[in-house]
Amino acid sequence: MSFMSSASNFFTSKMSDALGWARKYSIFQYPFVTACCGMEYMSTAAGHYDVDRFGAGFPRFSPRQSDVLFVVGTISHKMAPVLKTVYDQMCEPKWVVAFGVCTCTGGFYDNYATVMGIDTIIPVDIYIPGCPPRPENVIDGLMKLQEKIQKGEQSRTLYDPRTKIGRPAHLQQGYSVSQHIKESSS
Amino acid sequence: MTPLQRVQEQFSKEVIETHTFRGDETLMIHPSALKVIAKFLKETAELDFNFLMDLTAVDYLFFAGGRIQKEFRFEVVYHFYSLKHNHRLRIKVPVDEKSPEVDTLTDLWASADWYEREVWDMFGIRFKGHPNLKRILMYEQFQGHALRKDYPFNKRQPLIGPKY
Amino acid sequence: MSTQTRSMLLNVGPSHPAMHGVIRLIMELDGEKIKGVDVEIGYLHRAFEKMCETVMYTQCFPYTDRLNYVSPLINNVGFALTVEKLLGIDIPERAKYIRVIMSEISRVSDHLTCIGATAMELGAMSVFLYMIKAREYLYELVEEITGARLTISYVRIGGVKADLTAGFTDKCFQKIADVRKVLIEADELLTRNRIFFDRMKDTGIISKEDAIAHGITGPFLRGSGVAYDVRKANPYLIYDRLDFEVPVGTKGDNLDRYFVRMAEMEQSLRMIEQCFQQIPDGAIAGELTGCLIPAAQMVDRAKMGQTDGLIEDEVDLDPTLQGSTKKYSKSINTDRRDVALPPKEETYSNIEGLMNHFKLVMYGHGIRPVVGEAYFPVEGANGELGFYIVSDGRDQPWRVRVHPPCFPIMAALPKCLVGSMMADLVPTFGSVNMIAGELDR
Repeated sequence: MSFMSSASNFFTSKMSDALGWARKYSIFQYPFVTACCGMEYMSTAAGHYDVDRFGAGFPRFSPRQSDVLFVVGTISHKMAPVLKTVYDQMCEPKWVVAFGVCTCTGGFYDNYATVMGIDTIIPVDIYIPGCPPRPENVIDGLMKLQEKIQKGEQSRTLYDPRTKIGRPAHLQQGYSVSQHIKESSS
Repeated sequence: MTPLQRVQEQFSKEVIETHTFRGDETLMIHPSALKVIAKFLKETAELDFNFLMDLTAVDYLFFAGGRIQKEFRFEVVYHFYSLKHNHRLRIKVPVDEKSPEVDTLTDLWASADWYEREVWDMFGIRFKGHPNLKRILMYEQFQGHALRKDYPFNKRQPLIGPKY
Repeated sequence: MSTQTRSMLLNVGPSHPAMHGVIRLIMELDGEKIKGVDVEIGYLHRAFEKMCETVMYTQCFPYTDRLNYVSPLINNVGFALTVEKLLGIDIPERAKYIRVIMSEISRVSDHLTCIGATAMELGAMSVFLYMIKAREYLYELVEEITGARLTISYVRIGGVKADLTAGFTDKCFQKIADVRKVLIEADELLTRNRIFFDRMKDTGIISKEDAIAHGITGPFLRGSGVAYDVRKANPYLIYDRLDFEVPVGTKGDNLDRYFVRMAEMEQSLRMIEQCFQQIPDGAIAGELTGCLIPAAQMVDRAKMGQTDGLIEDEVDLDPTLQGSTKKYSKSINTDRRDVALPPKEETYSNIEGLMNHFKLVMYGHGIRPVVGEAYFPVEGANGELGFYIVSDGRDQPWRVRVHPPCFPIMAALPKCLVGSMMADLVPTFGSVNMIAGELDR
């Protein structure tokens, strides 16, 4: 019996290894480009740095066909519902890359208009800091993402700026626009 | 004769004050005369201000730490440019805090449309006669006007996600 | 019996493949014809103007970088010139030339990106790759001088951060030749390309009168046949000494704007070449009067009073501060000590320099213009970029207003689109060269 279970473990783990290997070299990315980081994203994607070497050269502009969401550039509060919608439309398994310091923490835009880190809205797997990050930095982040995909790990935590701790994503679900309006009007 | 002198000569009663600082000619005028003066600027051949280059407002609440007192809290600032004569003029209109309202210039310059919406969005100054005065940069649910000096710079009103 | 038809509402954006930039267009369609467009902006509103009111004058530069992030140097120059106008100061000749050289490099990179992105959206992916290759050459130049590729914060009030490096001139000429080659390639690929030509020609037309009424400036206005260029109309820095032409279109369609941008790049490259011929000499790198000693050692020696010959020594700086030592400082910074930081040797080796440095960087001290207001326009890559600054006599600006060149163009977008076909949206939007950072601020 023990032999059987270890054999099945052996096969499933080999299977997931193979799947991870296949997935990490065929990243279909959705570039959610909003701001300055888009310029470095362009540079990384174009011939000079050539992100295609890592199997991530094919941007899909449909969230339903992509498995990595690149959030490139500042997310304002006006944009936040759009980002959440795009994330929700993506199929599992999905990963999120926060590209640039604005998406990681809000950067130096600590003001009324800007979301202080997209991890308050959607779970983030890889953070690439820099304002904007250099293409080398982006490629480094991409390789870290590949490692994560190989292991089959996905982030599920959201950051709560009020308590300053990460909480599982499902506990923060249901915080909607209509609820916000109700609260602010009462 | 500079544009400033020409306007001052024509509308001596409506002009509150004038100054030229670092070569920028500035006129402060009564809000009631804005429409007339704007029309004059645009349609007089020797002035011919065909560009409304910029339109914004300044909030003078507690200006210079309260050392300088202004009679009115807001000033709406217009920058005009004439392509033909290559000269510029700045017009300022004082606006009261209690009834922040100015005449619109959308019927004279099409560019005033979005600029006036932005000033409404950021300062809460209304433009009488504007065809579509709604928020432009912020979302409709946003409470208050962000560029007013009494709006804290980091007071957030998130649409989704945690409030902080 | 009558058939009733209804028009369809189509929402494009804010995240859409053909929209490089966040903007939402709500279009009313009758079949494939556009009947009405409602443009919604503000998705990248980052409160530039509010943030500038909370920091000191020098700290505004990083924020201005991120306005038009394709040509950040022009924003830097615009802001610095406005503050200098408020202060009423002039800067050394060499700094003026450096500013112009860097601005023109930025302008070329902006136009390259605009044309590359437009071509990509019309299906010419290879042109995009070529253009980005050329932009990479220019980024290498920018990086050599400023230390960063994109968000550089290079310009200082009263001068620039660092002098040009040794051998920069030759490198620059080499890169200009490379960029010219790419431009010829792109021209061959696009200009006589049937698909590109037909999609650009007679689409997105705006008349001269409409463009002026909407307050449009820059290549968009010049495409309609008005030769308005701030560099010619109100020459700032040393533009009046340069020989360049202002290309204009005739009809105001997308093709005209494409030609205007292509011609402008050539003019900008010419301007850079002329600048190198006219630029006054600065210090020559490698020429030492004293010894080269590390910064920490210099501070220690000064503290212990071992000041013999220290005045002649040069400090060995961190790479991020390169080019801001004593021998360069004179030719690239104003000598007004209430505006420009002292050269690093003085900060490290004597108390006067150290106090001077502190007085300029401390809150409540810093650069303090007199009470007043100033508006200064420069020619940005998309048109007139004007800063309007109100000072209340303190070290923080009371109000910073930027006149973004994209803003009036986006307001006029319905004018260009209504009545045309749905597919014309893509080339028209491409030729607007909307930069969300500058549009929404």
